[in-house]
Amino acid sequence: MHIAEGFLPPLHAAAWFVVATPFVVHGARAVVREARQSPENKLLLAAAGAFTFVLSAIKLPSVTGSSSHPTGTGAGAVLFGPPVMALLGTIVLLFQALLLAHGGLTTLGANVFAMAIAGPWAGYGVWRLIKAVKGPTWLGVSLAMATANLTTYCVTSVQLALAYPDATHGFWGALAKFLGLFAPTQLPLSVAEGILGVLLFGFFARVAAPELVRLGVTREVPRVQAR
Amino acid sequence: MFRRADWLIGLGLVAALVALFAISMTLAPPPTEGAEAFAGTDATVTEVLTTEHQAEPWFSPVFEPGSGEVEAGLFALQAAIGAGVLGFALGSLRGRAAAAREQGPG
Repeated sequence: MHIAEGFLPPLHAAAWFVVATPFVVHGARAVVREARQSPENKLLLAAAGAFTFVLSAIKLPSVTGSSSHPTGTGAGAVLFGPPVMALLGTIVLLFQALLLAHGGLTTLGANVFAMAIAGPWAGYGVWRLIKAVKGPTWLGVSLAMATANLTTYCVTSVQLALAYPDATHGFWGALAKFLGLFAPTQLPLSVAEGILGVLLFGFFARVAAPELVRLGVTREVPRVQAR
Repeated sequence: MFRRADWLIGLGLVAALVALFAISMTLAPPPTEGAEAFAGTDATVTEVLTTEHQAEPWFSPVFEPGSGEVEAGLFALQAAIGAGVLGFALGSLRGRAAAAREQGPG
C-alpha cells in the first residue's frame, strides 16, 4: 500500500495532500473529543492506535508467494467511527516514512488517503450495513476489518493508475495491472485480519462491555461472567 | 459477542489463523531463480514503475536505514512500541473491569 517516496508526480502528490488534510484535522479533533469522554475511552483509543501500529509493522506471507501488510484500521473505525483513524493512521505512516524509508513524505497524502481514510470509511460502511440487517457482531467486525484492508489496496491501485496510466489501455488497463499485483496477495491477509478482529473484540467485550454499549458497538451489556 | 469465557472459540480462531499462514507458506509457488521469496508487494510495484513506466523518483527518503539488519530492527521497534501500548491498554481495561466487578453492580 505504501507508494514509495518520490514516485507520485508532484501535482498528484499535492492533490492527495489537499484531499487528505481536512480528514486528518477533523480526525484529530475527534480523537481529542473521544479521549476526554472517559478513561476507558482513552484506553480503547490507545488500543485501536497501537493495533494499527503493530499490524502495519508486520509483513505477512501470502499464497501468491509475496508478502504484504495488514492495516488494522477497521478496529478503530468500528469502535469510534472512521474519523479517529485518519489521525492514528497518519501517525503510523509518518513513523514509517521517517524512520523506515517505507512510504514517503511526498507520497504521505496519498498513502494517508488510502490507509487512514478510505479503508476505515469502507470498513465502517460494511459494519453499519451488517448492523442494519441485524447481523451478528462477530460477522460485522470481521467483514469491516477485511474490507478496510482490501479497500486500502484498491485505492492505492487507483492512485497509481491515475499517475501511471497504461500506454495502450489507459487508466483502466493500469488499474487492472496494479490490482492484479496487490489483490491476490491481499485477499488471504484480509481474511486473517478479519479473524484477528474477532479475537480483539471478543476481548473488548469481556473487559469493556459498558463502553462497547455506549459506543454503540453492542446493544446490551453482556452478562457479567461469574468467576 | 462472547457472552461467556469461551476459550474454545478463541482457540479455534487462533488455530484458523495459524492454518491460514501454514497453507499460504506451503502453497506459495517457489521463487524464481535469484528472486527473494515472499517479496513485498510494495517493492514489486515500485519495480514495475521503474521498469515499465520509466518512473524516476523526484524525491529521496530523508533517512534510509541503509542495511536490511537495521531496517528489520526498526520494524521490530515499531511492532514493540505498538504491542507495548496495546498490552498496557488491554491490561488496564481488564484491571478496571475486575475492580468494577469487585465493587459489585452499580
